[in-house]
Amino acid sequence: MNRPYLQIDNVGMVFDTAKGSFTALVDVNLKVARGEVISIIGHSGCGKSTLLNIVAGLTRNTSGVLLLDGKEIDSPGPDRAVVFQNHSLLPWLSVYGNVKLAVDKVLSARMDRRQRHDWTVHNLELVGMGHALDKRPHEISGGMKQRVGIARALAMEPKVLLMDEPFGALDALTRATLQDTLMDIQAKLGNTVIIITHDVDEAVLLSDRIVMMTNGPSARIGEICEVALPRPRRRLELTENPEYLRARGAVMRFLYERQRHPKAA
Amino acid sequence: MTDILADAPGREADFAAALKDLSFTGILAASAFAAAAAFSLIWDDVGDWGRTREFALILAGVAAGLFLASVLAPWHAGLAAKVTHRAPWALALGLFFAAWEITTAKFNILPQPFFPPPQAIFEVFTDDFAKLGASILASVKLHATGYAIGAVAGFLLGVSIGWSRAVGYWAHPILRFVGPLPATAWLPIAFFVFPTSHSASVFLIALATAFPTTVLTWSGIAAVPSAYYDIARTLGANSRFLVLKVAIPAALPHVFVGLFMGLGSSFAVLVVAELLGVKAGLGWYLQWAQGWASYANMYAALLVMTVLCSTLMTILFRLRDRVLSWQKGIVKW
Repeated sequence: MNRPYLQIDNVGMVFDTAKGSFTALVDVNLKVARGEVISIIGHSGCGKSTLLNIVAGLTRNTSGVLLLDGKEIDSPGPDRAVVFQNHSLLPWLSVYGNVKLAVDKVLSARMDRRQRHDWTVHNLELVGMGHALDKRPHEISGGMKQRVGIARALAMEPKVLLMDEPFGALDALTRATLQDTLMDIQAKLGNTVIIITHDVDEAVLLSDRIVMMTNGPSARIGEICEVALPRPRRRLELTENPEYLRARGAVMRFLYERQRHPKAA
Repeated sequence: MTDILADAPGREADFAAALKDLSFTGILAASAFAAAAAFSLIWDDVGDWGRTREFALILAGVAAGLFLASVLAPWHAGLAAKVTHRAPWALALGLFFAAWEITTAKFNILPQPFFPPPQAIFEVFTDDFAKLGASILASVKLHATGYAIGAVAGFLLGVSIGWSRAVGYWAHPILRFVGPLPATAWLPIAFFVFPTSHSASVFLIALATAFPTTVLTWSGIAAVPSAYYDIARTLGANSRFLVLKVAIPAALPHVFVGLFMGLGSSFAVLVVAELLGVKAGLGWYLQWAQGWASYANMYAALLVMTVLCSTLMTILFRLRDRVLSWQKGIVKW
C-alpha cells in the first residue's frame, strides 16, 4: 500500500462542553486502500461515530489531517456518502424523490434530466426497491428505508461509503439480508466502505480489516484485525471456517477481555 | 315481462330485503320538511313577508328530494350510505325549520321583529341581493388582500428568524413584546395613521395573520431534525439548498398551524374593522341593518359570514391535505 486512498493522520478530537473540554479521540491513524471494506468496532461511547462524522466532514477534527484521494477533508461533500442508522430519509419526499434529490444535487453537471431519472431508478433497483418508487418513507419498513438510504448513498458515486451502524436497528433476518445485499453490491462496484458496528459477526463477515477502538474518553485505535477470507463470502459456509473463528475470537477477546466496558452490566 | 315472472321469487326476496333497508329516518326527515312546508302554506303569516310561498316550495322540494333518496337508497349502495349518514341531520333540520316557522311567522311566540321567520331571511337573499352581494365582494377582497400579505410576511419573517441568528436577535424581543397584543387594539391608531380606512384594515388583518404565522413558522424551522441537515450537507448543500429543500418543507406542518390560527384571528379583525370604520362589507352591512332594525338582513349577513369563514377554513384544510399528504394522522376537517 504505497499510496493509501484514504489517510487518517494523527487525528484527535476535543469537544468544548459546558463542563470543560472533553477529549473524544487521540492519535487516530489509519490508511484505507481503494476498494477496501473496513469496519470500526468498539463499545458505545468509544468515539466511533465521532470518527465517522470527521471523515464525513460533518464534525471538524481538532488535530491531525485527513486526506481522501490526495485532497484534504475539511467539509462535507458528495465524495463521502453517509448511510445513517436512523436512515434520515426526508419524509415529505417519496422513495424515488429522496434518491433523486441526491442525484440532482450531485450529478446534474454530468447527466441530463433523462439520465438522472434512469440513474435514480437504477440505484433503487440495485438495492431491490424498484417496486416502491412512489412510496413515502412512513409507508415502508425499517429495512426498506435502510435500502433506500443505501441507494441514495450509492447513487452519489462516492469515493468512500460511510455507514454508521446501518443495520443496528433492524431485526436479525432483515439485517442478514441487507448484509448480503451490501456484499453483492460492493463486489460488483468495488466501493471503498467504512462501516461502524457493534456486532462482531457483522464486522467479520463484511470486512477486510476490523479496526478495534479502545474505550473512551480519549479513545484510540487498539488493534487492527485482518480478515483473510476469500470473497464472495457466504455466511453459512463460514460458521466452521477456521479463519472466521480466529478473527471472531480476536475481536471478542479485544472487546470483552482487554476493553471490558467499565459500566457494562 | 316473462323475465320478471321467471325471476319472481328472487325479486320478491330482494324487495323484502330492500324494505328492511329502507331508511325510515330519511322518510321521517322528508315528512318533517313536508310539515314545515305545509305549515307555511296553510296558516297565514302574522306579519307581512313577501316570499312565504316560494320558501314553502323550497321546503317541499327538499322534502320530495329526501323522500326520493330514501326510497331509492336500497337499490344503490352509494346513495344508501349517504342517506344513512345524513338522515339524522336532515331530520333535525326539518324539525328545526318547522318549529322556527311555527314559533315566528305563524303564532308569534318569539317576539317580532327580533326573531324573523326563515322566509324573511330568504327574502333578503332574493330582494336585497345587489347590496348584500356588493358587501360580500368588498369583504372577500379586503380579507384576501390582508390575509395574503400577512401570510407571506409572516412566513418570510418566521423563516428569517428561524434561520438567521442576527434576525432572530432583533426580531425576537419585538415579536414577544408586540405580538400578543390583539390586532384590534391598533384599530384607533391605524385609522388615523393610514390614509384610508381600507388600507388601515388591510394592515390590521395582515398583522393579525402575520403574528401566529411568524411564530409557528419559526418554531417549525427550529424543530427540523439536525439529521435532515446532515444528509443535505453530505450532498454538498449550500445554505440556499438547506433552507429551500430541507428547512421549509420540514417546517410546513407548523406553518399550516400558524396559517389556521392567523385565519381565525383575521376573521375577527375583518368584522371589527368593518363594524367600526370601513364603509363596505358584511360587517358594515350588519351594522347598517341593525341601524334600520332590519333584523332579517342581520341574520342573512351573519349566515353569509358563517358560510364564508367555514368555506375558507375548508379550502385551507384541503390545501394542507394536498401539500402535507406525506404526514401521518392529520386531523380531518
